[in-house]
Amino acid sequence: MFDPDILARIQFAFTISFHIIFPSFTIGLASFLFVLEALWLRTRDDAYLALYKFWLKIFALAFGMGVVSGIVMSYQFGTNWGPFSEFTGGVLGPLMAYEVLSAFFLEAGFLGIMLFGLNRVGPKLHFTATTMVAIGTLFSAFWILSANSWMQTPTGHIIENGRAVVQSWWDVVFNPSFPYRLVHMVLAAFLTTALVVGAVGAWHLLRDRENRAARIMFSMAMWMAAIVAPVQIVAGDMHGLNTLEYQPAKVAAMEGHFETQNGAPLILFGWPDMAAEETKYAVEIPKLGSMILTHDWDGRITGLKDFAPEDRPNATIVFWTFRIMVGLGLLMALLGIASLFARWRKSLYSCRWLHRFALIMGPSGFIAILAGWFTTEIGRQPWVVYGLMRTSEAGSPVAPAAIAGSLAAFVIVYTIVFGVGTAYIIRAMNRDPRFAHSPKGEVLRAGSRPVSDPTIPQAGE
Amino acid sequence: MIMDYQLIWALLIAVAVFAYVTLDGFDLGIGILFPFIKDPAKRGRMMNTVAPVWDGNETWLVLGGGGLYAAFPLAYSLLMTAFYIPVLTMLLALVFRGVAFEFRFKSRDHQKHWDFAFSAGSIIAAAMQGAMLGAFIEGIAVENAKFVGGPFDWLSPFSVFCASAVVVGYALLGTGWLIMKMEGNFQGRLRGLAKPAVIWMAANLGVVSLMTSYIHPAYAARWFDMPNLFFLAPIPIVTAGLLFWLWHAVKHREKTVFGITLGIFFLCYAGFGITLYPNIVPPMIDFRTAAAPDNSLSFMLVGAAILIPIILAYTAYAYWVFRGKVGDEGYH
Repeated sequence: MFDPDILARIQFAFTISFHIIFPSFTIGLASFLFVLEALWLRTRDDAYLALYKFWLKIFALAFGMGVVSGIVMSYQFGTNWGPFSEFTGGVLGPLMAYEVLSAFFLEAGFLGIMLFGLNRVGPKLHFTATTMVAIGTLFSAFWILSANSWMQTPTGHIIENGRAVVQSWWDVVFNPSFPYRLVHMVLAAFLTTALVVGAVGAWHLLRDRENRAARIMFSMAMWMAAIVAPVQIVAGDMHGLNTLEYQPAKVAAMEGHFETQNGAPLILFGWPDMAAEETKYAVEIPKLGSMILTHDWDGRITGLKDFAPEDRPNATIVFWTFRIMVGLGLLMALLGIASLFARWRKSLYSCRWLHRFALIMGPSGFIAILAGWFTTEIGRQPWVVYGLMRTSEAGSPVAPAAIAGSLAAFVIVYTIVFGVGTAYIIRAMNRDPRFAHSPKGEVLRAGSRPVSDPTIPQAGE
Repeated sequence: MIMDYQLIWALLIAVAVFAYVTLDGFDLGIGILFPFIKDPAKRGRMMNTVAPVWDGNETWLVLGGGGLYAAFPLAYSLLMTAFYIPVLTMLLALVFRGVAFEFRFKSRDHQKHWDFAFSAGSIIAAAMQGAMLGAFIEGIAVENAKFVGGPFDWLSPFSVFCASAVVVGYALLGTGWLIMKMEGNFQGRLRGLAKPAVIWMAANLGVVSLMTSYIHPAYAARWFDMPNLFFLAPIPIVTAGLLFWLWHAVKHREKTVFGITLGIFFLCYAGFGITLYPNIVPPMIDFRTAAAPDNSLSFMLVGAAILIPIILAYTAYAYWVFRGKVGDEGYH
């Protein structure tokens, strides 16, 4: 347990898992805010402005937590993964530098105007600020997923003096798994946000089905779920086929296949046992595994036994994280279809069980994203850069006690800070969105008092 | 034309770090001043002067870290490993400081706690930055391009002194910023706070400068050998002049306090760079040894050359939008 590599991995997994929750929410939310403000400018319907202000407050909280947990990430590569940084700095460093220059500054530079500037710059310029923040979140996704994908499917480099040196930037940035990963992740962010918005809309509809602001957001969210969830299943399948081509060991672990076989079954459930090299208690459908992965009933599927024991990812974990993600994805598609059915029956705003279903599905996007990332990252093991550098060679020479101590500090601080932040977010979601904008008081937001807004005097001044 | 990418990136990262130090410096300074200002409404107003811009200010820290990783991977790896404890402590402190901007105004019952988080986070982050500056000047134990020191090597009397200098320096930047943004009695209170800070900073700068020249013979030689003495003497002389001017401005001027403090920061930073050049991991590793391959540096330079002017333009625009006094009526 006090192996420094394991401690450093737990620390990284912990901090990045906390971090990813916030950007995956704010990527979708920024685009949602962009749409809301565009609708308001076009229709001048104050309901859209109320919704904008309602979600802006939540955005501010989530964005703040994403920023502070993200700054930690940008230094953790060095503190805990020094040899990795030396090896990859010339390749991944520039991608991250581009992320900072093209995305982080853009978001941060316009965030202040977006949050506090509506009365100072007017609606048009304010809309520009919203647009810039939304674009910034997407630029950020582009670069960081390019960097991550290069660690999964490295191309465009040579190794010189023990470090990776780029030969073709095009091949590095647009490495083979990048397009799939980018599409899969951005769709996941949109879907996650749609599920959160849908749950909040459903919550307010369960209280009062005449709540117009709640109706608008619920309807918009359900359209997103109905369209994006099925598209995501197709995108995920294509991503899986790409993984099969470049990282067959990961797919074998995801599927729980130890033996290489023709006409492999699809194992629905089971317990992959790494020591025994078999998946115990397997519930399986014959030949379907080959059909899905090779589009041939008798296609050949490589099993984990074809890889040396030290080159195998942990199938027990990856098998289950993959199933959690897929299971939730199917439920999301089911929610979307159910909403279409309710819409057709003209009961979208009155169907209680649909609202309850949407409410329960609220956090499912986050769980699916975490499960998906666990699958792809643990599935890449034992490599940190696939085929080039092992995770065991990547750790900094730091005293195990220092890593353990900082891990404990991270657990305590993150639990407090992000626990409280999540509570504030949920409280903001609980407020009635109709009152987020009061036409007379202009910038007054939801609730009885203005919130962290320098254009408004604070209570007691 | 052959460009010296390594030198250009060393300078660019130096500029990014300086931008961070000054911009986040006054944000952090506001948190450092919190223990002296008890009134919650005034504290709220102090935070609101930077609420629209702090996030952009802190992004320079990400550029500094990310740029070092990209341009000088060896230096990034060695420094982060050597400064494991102060870096992570600083980051956790910045977590508290950063979320306090949103959380403070969301909470009535726990406002005091978030004020404390903001203030303690600011002070600890500034102190860790100062301690790392001191440890950096003293040098890092490196053999065969591997860090061979202990987890507490960064802690020394000198680094404690540097921590004190940075904390008071940031406090002075924050005071200068607030004197610009505030009016009336509160401005007077801030002027009162600034006076001892100027004296403390002057004393700190004197001691740190003298101690630096004793740490390593090369540092003293850089400043005191001929003809360097002749060329570099203006730096301490102008710094001393600015300190006197600051003493006067603190009592009578509104906008110049911040500007003069920035000038002092710039000269100290320049002096620090002159002392250490060309080392990026003192005392042994220069920036050329630590640099990434030229094609990585040139690839990034294209982006930096296009994007940094754009960033500066919209950052300036954001400051312009939120210009002016933050009085009792707020920005109107």
